[in-house]
Amino acid sequence: MSDRLTEARAFMQTLPHAQSLGMELIEMGEGMATIRMPYDPRLIGDPATGVLHGGAISALMDTASGASVMSHPAAAAATATLDLRIDYMRPATPGEAVTARAVCHHVTRTVAFIRVTATDADESRPVAMGTGTFTLERLPAAGAQP
Amino acid sequence: MSRRPPEPVEVVKSRREAALARLVAGVPYIGFLGARFDRRGDELTAVLPFHPSLIGNPAIPALHGGATAAFLEVTAIIELAWTTLWEDMETGRIDPASEAFPALPKTITFTVDYLRAGLPRDAYARAAVTRSGRRYATVQVEAWQDNRARPFAQATTHFLMPEG
Repeated sequence: MSDRLTEARAFMQTLPHAQSLGMELIEMGEGMATIRMPYDPRLIGDPATGVLHGGAISALMDTASGASVMSHPAAAAATATLDLRIDYMRPATPGEAVTARAVCHHVTRTVAFIRVTATDADESRPVAMGTGTFTLERLPAAGAQP
Repeated sequence: MSRRPPEPVEVVKSRREAALARLVAGVPYIGFLGARFDRRGDELTAVLPFHPSLIGNPAIPALHGGATAAFLEVTAIIELAWTTLWEDMETGRIDPASEAFPALPKTITFTVDYLRAGLPRDAYARAAVTRSGRRYATVQVEAWQDNRARPFAQATTHFLMPEG
């Protein structure tokens, strides 16, 4: 495992809400991030079906999206969600983990644009897809005057 | 011809409270977040008491965008289910204590805008059903913290209504 990934995983462990949802960083780098969230009965939206609540999937997709922005070569110092639109295509299969893959596909000086897909075990049929914009706070360039 | 006397206030209140409690208990994720719903007549206000597990990045520290999104989404779904249930409940067609509740609406699309950072304190949200049809419904929801006039997030949700 690369040092950067180890570092990013350690960072994920310090994020309280990501931790309470059981999120695990699978991959991260070059504007892409993959995060997995195991099935957990506490996150059910409808007990009649056992399907996870959309809110838990939104939280997973938001986290993966923010991670993709942080891993972009633009070297963000910090980021925050501006907006996120999520289309729910089908319920996630009860008992299966959900994995979100986010791509930060474009950045300007101050804004990052992302796409994100959530899948369960059947990766050919996404559970949800989203697009969003994030703030991009850059590190001051080396030698730049404050 | 004599008018039916109005129902005693306790009867009305306990019926409404029971229906709301049953709706909220029907979504385990609301319990996971720690949110609850305050009721004034038919008006609902969702309350999300602050808890450290709702923090995104402790270095900032602000509410996690995902926690905020989930709070808005549960507020929208409960408001829609509540509004749909209201008439059947008030006319006695559905008894909140015994009969099976209608299935919950399903989220089709959820769009959230973050207007400012969520502070590490309690948050509130209210939703309004903009349009409610046989098949689809649209709900808008707004969340604030200290100051009602300064919302920190808003969302629009399109729902698929349950069959039947």
